Amino acid sequence: MIEQPVMVKICDILEESPSVKTFFFKLNPSYEPGQFVMVWIPLLDEKPFTLSYIQEGLIGISVLRRGAFTNALHSKKAGDMIGIRGPYGRGFNLHTHSDICAVGGGIGMASLATLVDRLNLVSEKRQGTTTIIQGARTAAEILYQKRFGNMKLCTDDGTAGFKGTTVDLLRDLLTKQHFQKVYACGPERMLYKVVRLCKEHGVECEASLERYIKCGFGVCGQCDCSGQRVCIDGPVFNTEELSRMDDFGRITITKTGERVIHS
Amino acid sequence: MSEINLSVNLCGIQLSNPTILASGILGTTKALLKRVAENGAGAVTIKSISIEPREGHKNPTVITFEAGMLNAVGYSNPGVAAAAREFTDLQDVGVPVIASVIGTQKEDFVQVVEGLSAQKFSAIEIPLSCPHTPGFGLLAGQGTPQATFDITFAVRKVTKLPIFVKLSPNIPEICTIAKAAEDAGADAITAVNSMGPGMIINVEAQKPILSFKVGGVTGDALRPIAVRCVYDLYKAIKIPIIGVGGISTGRHAIEMMMAGASALGVGTGVYSRGIDVFRKVCEEIRLWMQENGFNSIKDIVGAAHD
Repeated sequence: MIEQPVMVKICDILEESPSVKTFFFKLNPSYEPGQFVMVWIPLLDEKPFTLSYIQEGLIGISVLRRGAFTNALHSKKAGDMIGIRGPYGRGFNLHTHSDICAVGGGIGMASLATLVDRLNLVSEKRQGTTTIIQGARTAAEILYQKRFGNMKLCTDDGTAGFKGTTVDLLRDLLTKQHFQKVYACGPERMLYKVVRLCKEHGVECEASLERYIKCGFGVCGQCDCSGQRVCIDGPVFNTEELSRMDDFGRITITKTGERVIHS
Repeated sequence: MSEINLSVNLCGIQLSNPTILASGILGTTKALLKRVAENGAGAVTIKSISIEPREGHKNPTVITFEAGMLNAVGYSNPGVAAAAREFTDLQDVGVPVIASVIGTQKEDFVQVVEGLSAQKFSAIEIPLSCPHTPGFGLLAGQGTPQATFDITFAVRKVTKLPIFVKLSPNIPEICTIAKAAEDAGADAITAVNSMGPGMIINVEAQKPILSFKVGGVTGDALRPIAVRCVYDLYKAIKIPIIGVGGISTGRHAIEMMMAGASALGVGTGVYSRGIDVFRKVCEEIRLWMQENGFNSIKDIVGAAHD
């Protein structure tokens, strides 16, 4: 394998919310839910994005506008070319035979979306139920509402669903329903609370972490979390692994490589 | 069959085997150093530290090609003060830890070495040979006998730890530079740094891929050049040589030792064979020694010489 970007055409763009656009590319290698690609804009930069759509011959990334790079991406039109390398990382471990809950905070919902799709795909073989909790700042920022009909929603301002956090919703749900597995992606403080809550209820958890990523294939050391390389050992880690990672929920790494308290 | 012994004494540092994590790979945190040690490395080197924090070049910074890797990370590092906080209690790592120290002027090297002096590093490595970072290595004119002597001599005055001087394969008179380092008090030569710089262009984008456009070449493509450098150095200097460049198998390791290396840096091999490349290389060395009647690493070092 050669780790170099391949230039691909943006074949479609979907506005998911005022701040999130999904870009689709025709690419066909095998991708697993929870994996990511490195997206290159020549002369600008290269950043990691989780896959939010995995379909036959088509992948999509959902991009939250939040800096120079994502601004540049948002200004791209269908037909424009960008560089993609990957897929990278270890994705979610699919439990088709159990009742699962996917907990997504903000743009973190993107990596859970492919997991839910994959579980729906095997629905005839699937014996368990799928519950989705999605948290957003406000109603307009809720993602994939048409894609997934019956999500349990919460917003910071109460404009959609429950006024509060995904952790509040999950806490309430765990008292009424048993899950074999909880999958989570979102801000690391949220993940930390989700994992702790699941531990209290004896529920196994998998969480997808985010770090500043450079190489994507495990050599540069930039994305360390307590000796685990988020790019290749993760980004998805299970409860047992996370319990051995002291930095989880506490410490992240800046571009210089300094370990600092998570903001 | 007597027990095969992979242990090496490098400038008074006892290593359980000759493999060393090369600088720039995975050496960002103490936790990762420990992980590499658990995966069989005989020693580990931290990612190079400068006085001030550096973000390095923008991405893409590391890519691969058919015969190795191309990188221009640009010496991203948290600076000496944060590094001193990160690399405390180094005995926890489980193997000797080498500090890689960079600077623009010789005073910078001295300041960083002094800044790290309270930590339990086993040696200081000074790379005077990076081909792709303005203000450092070759791009700061450090690849000359005079500059090498001056920087090594300045560092020699402020530390009792073994000093390893890391040299570029680009320079034809590598032996002259190594002798200058030896004369200034270096304890070993690390040979070699990445070569080049090289460039890879994406033809559809019609642009070089690395944000810095050019980067150091490592991996398989570098190995024959590294072996030749080590072979020449072995004849030219008395101090030991740490051979680095494209080692990812036991046979590569043995080849490098036969050229004259007493210890081996492994970097790109972490990509091609995984983080346990150290254990794999050691197992392969052991097997080769068994099959070929060697009991000690000492008997392999320099074996290719007349």
